[in-house]
Amino acid sequence: MKKKKMLLAGLAIAGITVGGLVYAADHIDSPAVTNQTTDITDVYVFRGQDVNNLVFVANTQGLLAPSATGAAQFDANTLIEFNIDNNNDNVEDLVIQGIYNNGKMKVYGPVKPSETGNRSKLEGSLMAEVAVTPYGSAANIGTGGGLKVFAGPRDDPFFFDLNQFKKIIAGTATGFNNPGSDAFAGTNVLSLVVEVPKSMLNASNGKLNVWLETKKKA
Amino acid sequence: MKIYSIKTLLIAVGVFAFVGCDKDDDKNNTPVYYQTQDQMARPAINTVFVSASDKDVFNTTTPSAMNGLFGSKFKSRLMALNPGYTTNLLGLNADQFTGVLVTDVLNASTTAPTSFYDGTNVLTGRALADDVIDVELTLIFGGPTGTSNPGLTSDKVNANDKAFLTAFPYLANPH
Repeated sequence: MKKKKMLLAGLAIAGITVGGLVYAADHIDSPAVTNQTTDITDVYVFRGQDVNNLVFVANTQGLLAPSATGAAQFDANTLIEFNIDNNNDNVEDLVIQGIYNNGKMKVYGPVKPSETGNRSKLEGSLMAEVAVTPYGSAANIGTGGGLKVFAGPRDDPFFFDLNQFKKIIAGTATGFNNPGSDAFAGTNVLSLVVEVPKSMLNASNGKLNVWLETKKKA
Repeated sequence: MKIYSIKTLLIAVGVFAFVGCDKDDDKNNTPVYYQTQDQMARPAINTVFVSASDKDVFNTTTPSAMNGLFGSKFKSRLMALNPGYTTNLLGLNADQFTGVLVTDVLNASTTAPTSFYDGTNVLTGRALADDVIDVELTLIFGGPTGTSNPGLTSDKVNANDKAFLTAFPYLANPH
């Protein structure tokens, strides 16, 4: 009991320290780009239906109400870039890049980038492209170079009782409710999904480190 | 002789035209650069461990530089969240745990089943249905056995509100 109180005091202090803390996977977690086309919500990496493939998912522009989803668009000046380190030094050895152009998502890589870090340009040649799936339409799937690609609105796959967590942090609740309430239920994101043969990723000892970046035209 | 001259001239014009085109191409091929605005890897790391004033900096720090810039801040934050922290279900003390978290990359296996944590596979990827929040809450608040502070180790939201697809593109249709 005492321990719990101390913990809650700690949480309350943490809550005060961070002020208007908003907690989500990465939803609205980038003050400089909130509600912009570069605002990332989540990244996923998992085995494909064909276990010889890995699937990379980049979700952006989160918390879209259904009424706002039809108008949400990718941006021709925003590069969506999966960074892949395949030798465990946390520096990207390969990138997979998605760039929107004239109704289509064009995908480059996986390819070794000519420079690493915060500045990028499109690398290599176009591997695959797909017409962005309009809201309410069946998913368009593009293929090319061994890749499968999709771009368009999807249900936000993230789930979390954000509001109760905020109450705990603020010291106005002592724990989560059962059942909790998913703050992301009923909302959509703009997704880029790329399925890649594992053989193109050159993992050392079967291990990769992945991170997602959004980059804006300089 | 005259014909030859004309031919030469035509070739010269041709070469000139070609060079001209090439010049134009070079102009068009000047690389367009893009600069990092946001990044993420493991879910909720920035949100939980990075203060509001550091968020934009963290979002533009390359992973290999994160430990040096944010290592001690991550440990302070962990101890503020859970002053009773000793070790967690993975057996990591505060230094080890924050040392893993501060370099924000999503580990993925090309051989094992991909899961954020399923009891067997630890940080081998992130699948759509993974309850990543419960994993992180348990590792932060659950103590060495994962059973401490039971009111804080699960948000009791265990699944998405829509079923995922078995085939590409895997994510559910929008609402």
